[in-house]
Amino acid sequence: MAIRNSLSGQLLRRSSAVSGARFISSWFRSIEPAPKDPILGVTEAFLADQSPNKVNVGVGAYRDDNGKPVVLECVREAERRIAGSQFMEYLPIGGSVKMVEESLKLAYGENSEFIKDKRIGAVQALSGTGACRIFAAFQHRFHPTSQIYIPVPTWANHHNIWRDAGVPMKTFRYYHPESRGLDFSGLMEDIKNAPDGSFFLLHACAHNPTGVDPSEEQWREISSLIKVKGHFPFFDMAYQGFASGDPERDAKAIRIFLEDGHLIGLAQSYAKNMGLYGQRVGCLSVLCEDEKQAVAVKSQLQLLARPMYSNPPVHGALIVSTVLGDPELKNLWLKEVKVMADRIIGMRATLRENLEKLGSPLPWQHITNQIGMFCYSGLTPEQVDRMTNEFHIYMTRNGRISMAGLNTGNVGYVANAIHEITKSA
Amino acid sequence: MASSSVLSVAAQCVSRNASSLSINETHKGKAKLGGSTLRFSKSSGRISMTVAVNVSRFEGIPMAPPDPILGVSEAFRADTSDAKLNLGVGAYRTEELQPYVLNVVKKAENLMLERGDNKEYLPIEGLAAFNKATAELLLGADNPAIKEQRVATVQGLSGTGSLRLGAALIERYFPGAKVLISAPTWGVVPWSEYRYYDPRTVGLDFEGMIEDIKAAPEGTFVLLHGCAHNPTGIDPTLEQWEKIADVIQQKNHIPFFDVAYQGFASGSLDEDAASVRLFVARGMEVLVAQSYSKNLGLYAERIGAMNVISSSSESATRVKSQLKRLARPMYSNPPVHGAKIVANVVGTPALFDEWKAEMEMMAGRIKNVRQKLYDSISSKDKSGKDWSFILKQIGMFSYTGLNKNQSDNMTNKWHVYMTKDGRISLAGLSLAKCEYLADAIIDSFHNVS
Repeated sequence: MAIRNSLSGQLLRRSSAVSGARFISSWFRSIEPAPKDPILGVTEAFLADQSPNKVNVGVGAYRDDNGKPVVLECVREAERRIAGSQFMEYLPIGGSVKMVEESLKLAYGENSEFIKDKRIGAVQALSGTGACRIFAAFQHRFHPTSQIYIPVPTWANHHNIWRDAGVPMKTFRYYHPESRGLDFSGLMEDIKNAPDGSFFLLHACAHNPTGVDPSEEQWREISSLIKVKGHFPFFDMAYQGFASGDPERDAKAIRIFLEDGHLIGLAQSYAKNMGLYGQRVGCLSVLCEDEKQAVAVKSQLQLLARPMYSNPPVHGALIVSTVLGDPELKNLWLKEVKVMADRIIGMRATLRENLEKLGSPLPWQHITNQIGMFCYSGLTPEQVDRMTNEFHIYMTRNGRISMAGLNTGNVGYVANAIHEITKSA
Repeated sequence: MASSSVLSVAAQCVSRNASSLSINETHKGKAKLGGSTLRFSKSSGRISMTVAVNVSRFEGIPMAPPDPILGVSEAFRADTSDAKLNLGVGAYRTEELQPYVLNVVKKAENLMLERGDNKEYLPIEGLAAFNKATAELLLGADNPAIKEQRVATVQGLSGTGSLRLGAALIERYFPGAKVLISAPTWGVVPWSEYRYYDPRTVGLDFEGMIEDIKAAPEGTFVLLHGCAHNPTGIDPTLEQWEKIADVIQQKNHIPFFDVAYQGFASGSLDEDAASVRLFVARGMEVLVAQSYSKNLGLYAERIGAMNVISSSSESATRVKSQLKRLARPMYSNPPVHGAKIVANVVGTPALFDEWKAEMEMMAGRIKNVRQKLYDSISSKDKSGKDWSFILKQIGMFSYTGLNKNQSDNMTNKWHVYMTKDGRISLAGLSLAKCEYLADAIIDSFHNVS
């Protein structure tokens, strides 16, 4: 390193033109290696593991009972219909109009007055991440002194998104470790204590990483208090349909807020509920007072998207609009999303049953109380490390288990491992 | 803050009726604080927090200016004249002025459909097969930089997304560094311009360009178009590229290439990458953004790459990790479809050959159209003006040298749609329309000032 430094120092001082292959001091010396992404790093480690018993309950991608990724039939059919048939030039900056329309119907309600009155400024986004990022950038541009309140815990990337957009974060209490449930009084207190007009990030359903959702009654109270405080509710909905199996039911929190007159922001993703992970398709919407404002807001969202990627990718959007726009395909989708949700709900029951049968001294009802892809097991980071090192079970160190990675073939093994590690805890 | 003291007297009488009443009187009681709009109403001597409910946080948000290029297409669509010609379009058209899906793309998509590939998340850096293919296309498979693993490649959202990653890297790790570009395009980091276009010759202002690059503070990022400069169509010669590289090395600048037309400009992938390879061969550290929008017609799939060629493999590893860290909070991981198409086309020898032939065909059509346009204008225009720049320029776009008024005349009188800077898209021109366009250009140039 020292030798390279002095050599490059000499090269720097040369003023005449150089010829031939000569290395000049690296501009990138100051660039540190980035820490591994906590979630995606788990999968990398899993892939490298040679053990035949290995189980991946890390990343949140659905698997069938054979542990295989699934492409929904409705998606395959949609692809057959669109394959090679039409040339798609650049989408508009705001993306596919049809896809956005269908997304709004799904989230706000088929007959939503807000859609009729054209009060929603919305753009196609790069899945949930992209939707959150554009909103964060929008928030930063038009409310530069604002902060975002995020629940503790939340999906790790939420921190990165608002940070890179230049919006400072504050937290509100959410998860209650003792009960492995919701810290409702803490949540309400933090909402109350936040300065009026704060921005709040809420998970619409199937909270990631805990799987702990407020009840309907609790959502009503949260909505009332947020109303009193004049806070802005921004919903991240990554699991509509995937949580309970019923998209209408999973949108309940949003519908409550809409009934209460909130003007919400919403990020939607089709990664899980339509299995379109790698296609990066989602939608960002902002409910405004009137059509004029919605048009202005949409234009500004587009202005933020343009320097990021010019216009969003078409393939996933075409799939979504084909599926949701065709009654037959939409029905098929509803069936398929229910199958996925039911399998997960079934696995929760089985895991809990197994642990109780093994005679675990600890309580495990939270496994079935929680909902969606993830379960906050309550395992400590050290226990997680043991799960990985001793049992080749891969999960994130916060104790989050992706239920989709469990199946009838491995649930017994995982239950055993958890029991082994926790029985003397 | 005044707002919180007003609002903190929280009334128990919040109701939807009250709030909708207050909206009617809002315009009187509006307070703006740092961009937020807060309204308050008084009722029975008590200040109540009635308005928070239905009042938008984005009240004061103005309408963003319309995109200038989109406006051209819209106006074209609205025009009812039979003679209308859309030369604002940034996408390739056939001689029949139809969009074109490459045969190899259709074949690749069918292959993918038959195989029943899954739709899992790509890693943050994108599809490995794509990243390998794209770096090799850019630099040549046997390039020492690749062999020595000094190239950090991350799949990006076409050219724009890849440029954005590069810009974000610069912003984070080279704070205070300047960016020098030939025309205002993206403004994430502070930028200034270097002279490029010479209206007198309708060609390259080479002296001006060199002077401005020399004058920039040491360590400036210099944005260069690898080939088929957009919007002028004017590229430096290889000799000129050598001199540009000399100056950049002297000043310890960092070259940042935007390569959006590799293969599409001359018809040859290697020829169009010559400028980049020249710099890399000198051992320079280089950033390169690539796009497959035009050369593979994958416009809407958003497929491209950000490459950083650095002086060691260790450095490349670190840089790649940071590019990933910038991408993760933007979109987590890039879209898979376009990447698989590219990987399949490049990875299947028969398809790769067919692609090269299709690129030659597209580039060839553009060259033919340039020739026909030049011939038409030269035979019609007796003024002695030198129109040879039409032939010297290359790629999809050309700067005609027409000013704004003349460009307006093109549109208003001749129904020829183009951008106000005098740029026309040859991709939107057919042989059949060359005579008409020649008339329009001659008229606008000579009769309008």
